[in-house]
Amino acid sequence: MTVSIIRFGGSNCDRDAARAFEHLGIDAEIVWHEDGLPEDTTGVLLPGGFSYGDYLRAGAMAARTPIMDEVRAAAEDGLPVLGVCNGAQIGCESGLTEGAFTTNRSARFQCEPVHLRVENADTPWTENYAEGDVIEVPIAHGEGRFEIEAERLETLQSENRVLFRYCDAEGNITDAANPNGSTDNVAGVVGAGRVAVMMPHPERATLPDIGTTDGQGILQGFA
Amino acid sequence: MMTAYTATVTVRLKRGVLDPEAETTKQALERLGFELEALRSADRFELDLDATDEAAAAERAEEMAERLLANPTIHDYEVNVEQSE
Repeated sequence: MTVSIIRFGGSNCDRDAARAFEHLGIDAEIVWHEDGLPEDTTGVLLPGGFSYGDYLRAGAMAARTPIMDEVRAAAEDGLPVLGVCNGAQIGCESGLTEGAFTTNRSARFQCEPVHLRVENADTPWTENYAEGDVIEVPIAHGEGRFEIEAERLETLQSENRVLFRYCDAEGNITDAANPNGSTDNVAGVVGAGRVAVMMPHPERATLPDIGTTDGQGILQGFA
Repeated sequence: MMTAYTATVTVRLKRGVLDPEAETTKQALERLGFELEALRSADRFELDLDATDEAAAAERAEEMAERLLANPTIHDYEVNVEQSE
């Protein structure tokens, strides 16, 4: 029962994730990407950071490393995979999930708490919440604006594969509550099997001594 | 017989996709007193490679664009191949 937190050169939320898992009593270890996916892994967390310096596009290089071939194959066999922030960018770049995360509408790096509405509570990552629940989790990204072709967005919506949307404290989906200009306020999406990616950081909303613990339920999806 | 080519791959955002960096750059030009209607930015990659002919060089550069240099969700790209000097 060990979750693999995959570390690339430039990952920097790997240790935060490890501490969050430790707090939750979930066995996890940091895995250097060149060492490959351990055979006994029970889940994969792609952590935040700036893999490969965000060169070319955020997540583009890490998405094409050999370990991501292993992650894709394992995901097809049902392994739970969650990408957070840079991990979400890697997830989209590797084809685990649809769409792309690109430069914020503000053209700035933004680090702030945001509200998320749970749009699909029928995933490992959201089964501890109810659809419509509003949680507070921080974002910290410069390239978090979700983009997707219009027809693919319709498919995403009709297949109920939007995980979270940015909202205000009451759960209203408004442009003012959209921190980065994401299409349809999308903050996280679901892929095939038990795969999801999200730009906000649940591991930064897990330890009680640093503020909100609303993100705990997301990471408990690995339990 | 292999020939040396330079393949230039230009990657740009699809029309309609917001480009905040270009918008910021445009505003900076306007602050300098320039008049302009719009500004679009693009990434340009110059690839030196040896191939049997121009078509083979273009094909390889296109595959590089498909596999890594462009993201089809947000980008269009074009490839131009010239024989190297």
